[in-house]
Amino acid sequence: MSLGALPPVPTDPADVRPGSGDGGPRPASLPLRTSGSGTAEPRGDRVFRGLSVSAGVALLLLIVAIALFLVVRAVPALRADTAGFLSSTGWDPNALPPRFGIVALAFGTVLSSLLALAMALPVALGVALFISHYAPRRIAGPLGYVVDLLAAVPSVVFGLWGISYLNVPLAGVSRFLAEHLGWFPLFARAADDVYTRSLFLASVVLAIMILPIIASLSREVFLQVPATNQEAALALGATRWEMVRTAVLPFARPGVIGATMLGLGRALGETIAVAIVLSPAFVVSLSVLQPNSGNTIAANIALAFAEASATGRGALIASGLVLFVITLLVNVVARAVVSRRREFTGGAL
Amino acid sequence: MTFSRNARISGLVLCGALALSACGTDEQKPFNASPAGDSGIACAKGSITAAGSSAQKNAMDEWVRAYQDACPGATVNYQPVGSGAGVQQFTAGSVAFAGSDSALKPEETAGADARCATGKAIDLPMVTGPVAIAYNLQGVDGLVLDAATIAKVFSGKVKTWDDPAITALNPGAKLPSAAIQAFHRSDESGTTDNVQKYLAAAAPSAWTYGAGKKFAAPGGQSAAKSDGVTSAVKSTPNAITYVEQSFAENASLGVVKIATGASAPVELTTDSAATAVQSAQVVGTGSDLSLKLDYATKNEGAYPLVLVTYEIVCAKGTPADALPLVKSFLTYTASEDGQKVLEDAGYAPLPSSIRKKVAAAVETLA
Repeated sequence: MSLGALPPVPTDPADVRPGSGDGGPRPASLPLRTSGSGTAEPRGDRVFRGLSVSAGVALLLLIVAIALFLVVRAVPALRADTAGFLSSTGWDPNALPPRFGIVALAFGTVLSSLLALAMALPVALGVALFISHYAPRRIAGPLGYVVDLLAAVPSVVFGLWGISYLNVPLAGVSRFLAEHLGWFPLFARAADDVYTRSLFLASVVLAIMILPIIASLSREVFLQVPATNQEAALALGATRWEMVRTAVLPFARPGVIGATMLGLGRALGETIAVAIVLSPAFVVSLSVLQPNSGNTIAANIALAFAEASATGRGALIASGLVLFVITLLVNVVARAVVSRRREFTGGAL
Repeated sequence: MTFSRNARISGLVLCGALALSACGTDEQKPFNASPAGDSGIACAKGSITAAGSSAQKNAMDEWVRAYQDACPGATVNYQPVGSGAGVQQFTAGSVAFAGSDSALKPEETAGADARCATGKAIDLPMVTGPVAIAYNLQGVDGLVLDAATIAKVFSGKVKTWDDPAITALNPGAKLPSAAIQAFHRSDESGTTDNVQKYLAAAAPSAWTYGAGKKFAAPGGQSAAKSDGVTSAVKSTPNAITYVEQSFAENASLGVVKIATGASAPVELTTDSAATAVQSAQVVGTGSDLSLKLDYATKNEGAYPLVLVTYEIVCAKGTPADALPLVKSFLTYTASEDGQKVLEDAGYAPLPSSIRKKVAAAVETLA
């Protein structure tokens, strides 16, 4: 049914600019109440404004509170650290004296998420375009539901599925890659010829998890592309693919970037699925096909928290702080990209 | 249309759930009605929360069920959050006692003592469980290994099943030339700590990685939690791991007999584990009963790889509203009946000499 959500073709010629759906001139006949027309704001408006302002403020306070909590709990552990937190790779916060560093964890987190994104993004865009522009309406509706359903599957299910079903077949794929493309750093051969429980497996599971998020949001954005743009492209003699390339993709780019960043955020923070499928190690390594080729911040917190000493917990919270900062950076960069793009395209989101 | 059908279906489900729960309460009645005197438990009323070691979870589940069946009006809530978290909750005063895979460490005692307003925190050994070296090897039963070989297998120095170190201990066994897939725990755990302590004590020249809750040797693969390593070994041919006995048993994996230097390799049984605990020394002072296991034991029929877990409790200074129930519950767990319950749950009962000391210590809690 989502296909029916295509915006109606405006008849007013002034409305044909992309992204002007709401901002265009309104027909004068509509009885509109503007803020300047009444002396006092109606009660409903005041209540609603109060609610939305307080929701926004509460969210900001929450973020600040989380950041404060992380900093306060992390500082004592960071003081006790005898290795450089930002420069060492090992993780022994429960030892006396504690030694731990974030490098291996941060590297593994970012590497696995980027790999996942590289695998998920093309497929997700294909799925979204298929649903929005290629599939017959009868298929597109149910397919959209299925994608949304996939996005709602709990991550522990993906983890269990990954380890009990995907682990062994994917090890075969990994062995094939290592034997034939072993010269490429990512596909380096494993020392013991073992390819199970690798960072690659974790990345594939992450890719499957973020695929529905990116696909679902991208589909919504593709459906927002004004029909007039598309019809104009077709009228100029463009084929379907040329129309998608020239009218749909440029218009939807900011939205797709936003969707991608949401997916990346989920991949960065994914905990239990990675903890289940990965055989972790605190190393900085690009050879992701073998076990013990990396670890992620969130998975390490899940695996180490229960048995951690006071310093160990502080160290884990410090790693959580680093994850918080990484995610924040990703979001800031995404915002910057989106808002810059919006100037060119007129804004879809 | 769909709405009303949904409503009808959910109504049906609700009715079903109600009917089921109704059955549940009916069935429980006879148990609740049984007089406390039958079970020999001196009941107390109230509600306490305890937290800690997940290795104790099955034991605690059995005990809590038996205790609550015998004592209506008492609620014991044990949260298997992990030893480290349990000790911290105990120190913070949010639980009545903590379960832990290891006795309080020197750096933990100050905080724990401070929590017990007028007394000290003590370690009471309560649950002992043998750790199995479990393997999945087609056509090989009763594999025998010694501590040095186990150390080499888990640190990746012995790489194939037909390595001379293994064949020498298993004359006549058909060992494949396949690579050994050694699995260890990827999470931090008391089981890993005990195994590493055992290897460091019984094979100091082969195991140079020290002990600790994090697996320290290079090599091998890891999986999360006991069920993770168990299912990994179950689904991987030529694999080996260390795991609590009950997990190995439930997955029907092969269990290694350990050549300790006694006249014959020791098989893992409830008895052989109890025999090993018998030779443990009490190293705690006062009513603290922390044990030092003799991991390098050569006693006949003593299975050396044993996990001892403790209840950490205030000798004096447990809040008055929780004290009667803590005392009553721990009296039950340290009783002969209480320890007997453990055998079916994959644990070994405390040897009676130690059990009596624990029971006496519980008696003096105030």
